Amino acid sequence: MTVTENISLHGSYCLLKLTSLQILPDMYPGQFVQVRIEKSSTTFLRRPISIHYVDRKNNELWLLIRKIGDATRAITQYRTGDQLNLLLPLGKGFTISQRPVTADKPKLLLIGGGVGVAPLLFWGAYLKDAGFDPFFLLGARTKEELLQLEHFRKWGTVHTTTEDGSHGEKGFVTQHSILKNMRFDHLYTCGPKPMMMAVAKYAFSASIPCEVSLENTMACGIGACLCCVEDTVGGNVCVCTEGPVFNINKLKWQN
Amino acid sequence: MAELRINIGELSLRNPVTTASGTFGYGTEYADFMDIERLGGIFVKGTTLEPREGNPYPRMAETSAGMLNAVGLQNKGADYFIHSIYPGIKDLNTHIIVNVSGSSIESYVACAQKMAGLEKIPAIELNISCPNVKKGGMAFGVTPAGAAEVVRAVRKIYPKVLIVKLSPNVTDITEIARAVEAEGADAVSLINTFLGLAIDVKRRKPVLSTITGGLSGPCIKPIALRMVWQTYQAVKIPIIGLGGIASWEDAVEFLLAGASAVQIGTSNFIDPTTSLKVIHGIEAYCNEFGFRSVSELTGALMQ
Ligand SMILES: Cc1cc2nc3c(=O)[nH]c(=O)nc-3n(C[C@H](O)[C@H](O)[C@H](O)COP(=O)(O)OP(=O)(O)OC[C@H]3O[C@@H](n4cnc5c(N)ncnc54)[C@H](O)[C@@H]3O)c2cc1C
Ligand SMILES: Cc1cc2nc3c(=O)[nH]c(=O)nc-3n(C[C@H](O)[C@H](O)[C@H](O)COP(=O)(O)O)c2cc1C
Ligand code: FES
Repeated sequence: MTVTENISLHGSYCLLKLTSLQILPDMYPGQFVQVRIEKSSTTFLRRPISIHYVDRKNNELWLLIRKIGDATRAITQYRTGDQLNLLLPLGKGFTISQRPVTADKPKLLLIGGGVGVAPLLFWGAYLKDAGFDPFFLLGARTKEELLQLEHFRKWGTVHTTTEDGSHGEKGFVTQHSILKNMRFDHLYTCGPKPMMMAVAKYAFSASIPCEVSLENTMACGIGACLCCVEDTVGGNVCVCTEGPVFNINKLKWQN
Repeated sequence: MAELRINIGELSLRNPVTTASGTFGYGTEYADFMDIERLGGIFVKGTTLEPREGNPYPRMAETSAGMLNAVGLQNKGADYFIHSIYPGIKDLNTHIIVNVSGSSIESYVACAQKMAGLEKIPAIELNISCPNVKKGGMAFGVTPAGAAEVVRAVRKIYPKVLIVKLSPNVTDITEIARAVEAEGADAVSLINTFLGLAIDVKRRKPVLSTITGGLSGPCIKPIALRMVWQTYQAVKIPIIGLGGIASWEDAVEFLLAGASAVQIGTSNFIDPTTSLKVIHGIEAYCNEFGFRSVSELTGALMQ
């Protein structure tokens, strides 16, 4: 695919927009792509990156990248016109059980932290298009690290927390008052594992269905190597094909 | 146009390019990315008599030009393969070869026996070289006597093409190759992964849950190639060469060193179409250098 735009966001983040001569295939929120990293000599394997958003009008795929090592640093160096080799779309995404009913729409909360907000934009947009009014709860260390807020606002109500209190409520997402003041019917979360585990703990205690998006390290990304397994109630399953999104009831996170 | 067909014992492959066990699933995983029926054959996932959960996560560590894995033969067992997987792949227009593993002679034999009953499985690859399981696996593959014992037992009950996959974690791979040839193996495939280690320096802990794992990918290619070359001097049965093949040039090197066919492993993860590119490249090479048949390349190294 061809890079149409590379926008650096705060600090170590960037937004990469890609297009293709062909119409982009069907993609579903929560799915990911496997990026071949040709610009980093120390990187051997492809890297899994969530689908941040699909802009059908412009036939564009968006990726939100956090520089953490050589591969992600190399991705942020791609410029307009560069070619990037992707396998897509991979994995299974988020699910929604109830249909929206005009009188009493299910209340959906999408909780993201750090670069984990990436798949939630696409999911929020999808939900909005499907007639839901999603809520977002986005957490970061500081206000600068809250990414893509203006985009999230297009698709739902946005709440935030920051560890330094510079935006929204001070603290972690699981301490936000909205969790006490509103009753949600479904939670979706992606972010650092400790955050997702805290959200899952809350979901278990409040008996709210919850889906999490895991980030196990991968080799093939297509179910061939069995490297990415998560220990679930049904044994070891591949995160790349059975996930990355899992219902917390399937994981051994209860304790 | 050069003839690409080659023979491994009684097994005739339409071309010498196959995919390596554990890196290509059951083939169907790759069907979205390439025409898998163009392959000479597919070596499917390691299969054991009983289901195996494999090792705990993390099972993978990236290394320079390669990776360590410690999957530990996760599979749902021979019966599951027969009832739930075989029906979906048996009519593929390429050879499906099952990689058979065990933890005892009896379990190798029982698993091989079950595979012998499957009409569309023309061959098995006996894995006596998996470094990621505690019992069996590599234990059989590191001594000539151990290797001979498994092959002897399986040969008695397995009438079809028997390929034995050798471990590089030995002092002299040719001794093992000779031992399995003497017991009636139809071919050897080499090599399986090298035992390796990766450490997370920040945590001062091994990256893999099993501490050590098997190294594969381009970083092992020169050693694999050397082992194929040595084994070619030592045995008469065909050799299937593998270890780090990422391009047609790599594959031609293995053929020249003495392999009759090759397997593509880890490179499938980087480019799922590697094997097709290798097929095209080998064909073009034969045409350019005037080889009428790809089999003429085997051992054609000039010295
Ligand atoms: C399904 C899935 C979706 C993902 N989506 C995104 C995304 O949208 N945007 C994005 O920026 N990243 C995403 N990631 C994470 C991304 O794949 C890794 O950050 C990347 O592989 C790191 O490669 P690197 O070479 O830059 O760093 P490496 O050199 O591989 O790692 C640098 C350091 O980060 C640690 N690390 C590596 N990967 C992870 C991880 N997944 N979680 C926690 N620590 C890790 C390593 O242990 C190491 O200490 C996703 C991962 C998965 C599995
Ligand atoms: C993730 C992974 C799983 C593997 N599983 C098996 C297996 O089940 N049985 C086997 O004989 N070899 C297995 N192997 C070894 C490969 O088939 C091959 O021998 C090795 O990777 C070297 O080739 P390569 O460098 O081309 O990958 C596995 C390798 C990898 C990377
Ligand atoms: S990464 Fe290979 S099976 Fe999931």
